[in-house]
Amino acid sequence: MRTIIFIIRKEFTQIFRDKLMVRIIFLIPIFQLLILAYAVTFEIKNVRFVTVDHDRSTLSGKLINKFNGSAFFQYYGNAENYEEAVQLLTRNKADQILMIEPDFGKKMNTEKRGKVQVVTNAINGNAASLMSAYATSIINDFNREIIVEQNPTGFSGFPIDIKPRFWYNPEMDYITFMVPGILVLLVTIIGMFLGGMNLVKEKEIGTIEQINVTPIKKFQFIAGKLIPFWIIANIDFAIGLVVAKFVFNIPIVGSLPLLFFVVSVYLVVILSFGLFISTVTNTIQQMMFITWFFVMVFILMSGLFTPIESMPQWAQIIDYFNPVAYFVKINRMIMLKGSGFFDIQKEFWILTAYGVVMLIFSTQRYRKTA
Amino acid sequence: MSININIQNLSKSFGETIALKEISLDIKPNELFGFIGPDGSGKTTLFRILTSLLLPDSGTATVDGLDAVTDYKKIRKLTGYMPGRFSLYSDLSVEENLNFYASIFNTSLEENYDLIKDIYSRIEPFKKRRVSALSGGMKQKLALSCALIHKPKLLILDEPTTGVDAVSRKEFWELLKNMQEKNITILVSTPYMDEASLCDRIALMQNGNMLAVNRPQQIIDQYERQLFEVKTENMHPLVSDLEKYNREALVYRFGEYVHVSTYNGDEREYVFALQGYLTGKGYDQVIIQKKIPVIEDCFLALMDKSQTL
Repeated sequence: MRTIIFIIRKEFTQIFRDKLMVRIIFLIPIFQLLILAYAVTFEIKNVRFVTVDHDRSTLSGKLINKFNGSAFFQYYGNAENYEEAVQLLTRNKADQILMIEPDFGKKMNTEKRGKVQVVTNAINGNAASLMSAYATSIINDFNREIIVEQNPTGFSGFPIDIKPRFWYNPEMDYITFMVPGILVLLVTIIGMFLGGMNLVKEKEIGTIEQINVTPIKKFQFIAGKLIPFWIIANIDFAIGLVVAKFVFNIPIVGSLPLLFFVVSVYLVVILSFGLFISTVTNTIQQMMFITWFFVMVFILMSGLFTPIESMPQWAQIIDYFNPVAYFVKINRMIMLKGSGFFDIQKEFWILTAYGVVMLIFSTQRYRKTA
Repeated sequence: MSININIQNLSKSFGETIALKEISLDIKPNELFGFIGPDGSGKTTLFRILTSLLLPDSGTATVDGLDAVTDYKKIRKLTGYMPGRFSLYSDLSVEENLNFYASIFNTSLEENYDLIKDIYSRIEPFKKRRVSALSGGMKQKLALSCALIHKPKLLILDEPTTGVDAVSRKEFWELLKNMQEKNITILVSTPYMDEASLCDRIALMQNGNMLAVNRPQQIIDQYERQLFEVKTENMHPLVSDLEKYNREALVYRFGEYVHVSTYNGDEREYVFALQGYLTGKGYDQVIIQKKIPVIEDCFLALMDKSQTL
């Protein structure tokens, strides 16, 4: 135990001697949170729509105005014909085309039906489905208004009126949804890289040679590498929470002690993951590249950006081995839903087991002999 | 009591490369033993096996009766090792490095100050300085202090004088002699042949073989050939002309002379004939003298012999 304390003290001396590193460790997370929380959003605003109005009646004007009045849409202008409108779409000047058939207004009066067409640029599938949903809802709204207008007495509304209410994030605020996830990303990057980089650096510059001839035991050495960064990452997480609470007003509904307890376990998992990688590599370059691969896969598949439920079956199976996915889930549950230990225990025990396994792996793989 | 080392048929290969070929050797307690040989002769591999950083393919090595493979934990407590490459933390200060290594051996600088006083006192004025800002000679003294901080019985130094200036080298060997008086067995490797005479015994190593193991003087006494040094006005083509003259002879440049090592019997006759040959070739101011060999001559002769065998 004394030996571990000496190693930890040595690591801290080295970390705090590197002024640049200290700044990186404590400032980067804050910047990351500030930038990503605002930037990473799926909300669609300012959809540029172009109309092809073959009717040019009061009614068609009304429909276009309805689009124009919505916060989501930005009117680009009217195109002469369909070809011209498509060209605007191709040249990325517009995102959506609203085409209105000739005599739309007249037909609505006489035949009680008219045709409009909506064409959406679907390069980004997610955005396209949102845009088309917005467009559909505006047209539905318009529809309803006309029905009411034409039958002021006979129409008493649709039989089922749907008014959705969103729980845990009532305003469907993306920042509320993303910030707990970005906090995970932040501690993940710190945990995966710093510990491992530190170990592999000793290999690269040769200081490990002198360490290896001492009676330091494997677990003492690994613990000496893990604990300093475990402490640092916990502090980073705390800073992140403060920013989340006071800058973004994220409601932290659940218990803070529980949150820190889970973070502590999670950090053991990823720190030992990073240390394991560094025990099987010899240079910082190799270590960084392999770690980056895992970090990318883990984060993109974590459910941080896209829901795991909509991933293909095989990807969901891979996600059983993704520590980040468990923690993103737990973190959102505790922070936004106020879940207690009972609700997260399955994910928690999996993380604990994962941590134990990775810790054993990294300790065993670290060889004092070449 | 200082300790002895016993090495039996020790072999180690890295893929196709044979680093050690069935080495057997006994090192006596309190000996200052030198391993002399060029880069890649197996010195570092041997040291890494003795310090338990490397496992041998076959054979055994014991340190104070402890097996290097199975009892490595005990050996690590007995041994002070200074790797060939500087391996201390350059972002820590002199003092911090020493204290760190003292603490992981469960001791302290104060406790063993006597042992390292000689060496440490020379760098003590710079104890607050970061290691990255030290000169080569100071780094080497710090590395030696760190290797000695836990009072080892055995000190293994891998090319401690490589890249160090001549004055510091001399000083360093004096320090080693002092250490020896404190009952420490010392193994040291070096590519510098001139340092060999400072050891009690030496092993000449080449390609994982030991060409000879003996006291430096005895290795010189056992020189089987005659050695001449040759100097002329025009030195450039001299080596190739001398090689043409006597194909069995070993001809190499040595400082301002060319050394010719031959099995030829009569000394005077040889000098006379060679003088005639060189003058005939148009060389001026030909000087040919009998020469007493140094370790380097012995090494080259032994190397030549092992290759022709």
